[in-house]
Amino acid sequence: MLFYFFGALAVIASLLVIAQRNPVYSVLLLITSFGALSGLYVLLDAPFAAAIQIIVYAGAIMVLFLFVVMLLNTPHEDTDADEKTHPMLRPGPMRFGAAMAVALLGELAWALSRSGPSSTFSNTPVTSLSAIGYTLFTDYAFQFEVTSVLILVAMVGAVLMARREDQPGEKR
Amino acid sequence: MFSVISNNSFVIAQVGIAAVVWFLLQISAAVMVYFERKVCAWLQQRVGPNRVGKAGLLQPIADVVKLLFKEELRPAAADPWLFALAPIISATAAFAAFAVVPFGGSTTLFGLLSEPLPLHVADVNVAVLVVFAITSMGVYGIVLAGWSSNSKYSLLGALRSSAQMISYELSYGMALAAVLVLANSMSLRDIVNAQSGSLLGIPQFRWFVFLNPLGFLLFFIAGIAETNRAPFDFPEAEQELVAGYHTEYSSMSFGMFFLAEYINMVTVSAVTTDLFLGGWWFPGVPESLGWLVFLFKISVLLFFYLWMRWSLPRYRYDQLMSFGWKVMLPASVLNVIATAAAVLYFGL
Repeated sequence: MLFYFFGALAVIASLLVIAQRNPVYSVLLLITSFGALSGLYVLLDAPFAAAIQIIVYAGAIMVLFLFVVMLLNTPHEDTDADEKTHPMLRPGPMRFGAAMAVALLGELAWALSRSGPSSTFSNTPVTSLSAIGYTLFTDYAFQFEVTSVLILVAMVGAVLMARREDQPGEKR
Repeated sequence: MFSVISNNSFVIAQVGIAAVVWFLLQISAAVMVYFERKVCAWLQQRVGPNRVGKAGLLQPIADVVKLLFKEELRPAAADPWLFALAPIISATAAFAAFAVVPFGGSTTLFGLLSEPLPLHVADVNVAVLVVFAITSMGVYGIVLAGWSSNSKYSLLGALRSSAQMISYELSYGMALAAVLVLANSMSLRDIVNAQSGSLLGIPQFRWFVFLNPLGFLLFFIAGIAETNRAPFDFPEAEQELVAGYHTEYSSMSFGMFFLAEYINMVTVSAVTTDLFLGGWWFPGVPESLGWLVFLFKISVLLFFYLWMRWSLPRYRYDQLMSFGWKVMLPASVLNVIATAAAVLYFGL
């Protein structure tokens, strides 16, 4: 019962995210969606994942999103003039987008039809922090390290892009 | 997630606890406002509120009545929905966070109940993270208040607040991680009970404030930054931002932000007590009277908050940021590593 409530909430909120004209509302609906996902984790006996979902995604990442949206402070994503001349709204990109959407839909249908009820999923609640840590640093150590390097590279890239170029003759 | 329900009186007692906690949190805000003004007055060699009731004790009630009867104003260009939603988020998050904080050992309420009742609203096995998650939701109240007001002071206050809270949340979490390593659990009740024994023959030495003093210092400082209190009260720096994120709020919607700030202070103090000060344990005091000890420890911490607010000048904003990222964060990471090494080496 609660599963359908959280599931519906997540789906509706996610759909509304792309239906909003105001980016601030989109951000808030995305947070709602994350909250519903966190509820689903609780129902799956994974309170740790639920709490982390809220702290990391809803708490930290979305605050940064909201931060940027507020700094830009655009009431609407595009003005009417933008919409007419926007390169993404020309027929070519739109056809490409439609093709991508169809491909994604096909892949999803294929993936869903292939996987039956998961047999490897253990039904014991994943609450033990030491168990999670142990698996993360032994069985999945390589994936874990690769992800950290990826994040580090992304961070270095962001710092490099944000760095102000030194103008000759200009005092800083 | 809920504790096992054995009989009816237990359920009634549990509901009663929830109601009492809710009520006490509201009262605590009023008490805190009174003491804020009194402590401020003492530190500045004044008398403070002394007209309403005996020694001004009824002053908070007069303040609330005044707030309730004020006109509710909303700027014409404000976003009506979010403007109304923001104080609700702030107040809800403030109240909700206390739900998972245990505030005493088991008690039979002086023999009223047939079996001992643990004093908490809900016992969650990842309580520490839940407190953390709910507090991080509280940021949205401030951020949305600033944005929806459509005023530059509010927006600047909200931006400062979110940047500050994100920066200090990291060291806050890292200081917490050291405690988790020491207690080997994420349930606040287990963490408190892990501090109950004695070390080297001295009972209080099991408190994590002694085992991990640096962690306590970092957690306390980050806690002040998280609750936007002086000397880190940038979101509402009067001289620069009028009143920061709640500049445009009046009447009870302002009151809700006010309430949220004080309740957050109480919650952070309660969590600090649970994590570092041994919760309801005190040598010589039985577990059934633990809640009194807990109340006393919270009061000491809250007095510290007030003391600091009226003694220390506000930081500069760039100082706050460089302190947060260049001092607090490295120190807290080192603290986690050192604590983990110590636990492995000494087997604490």
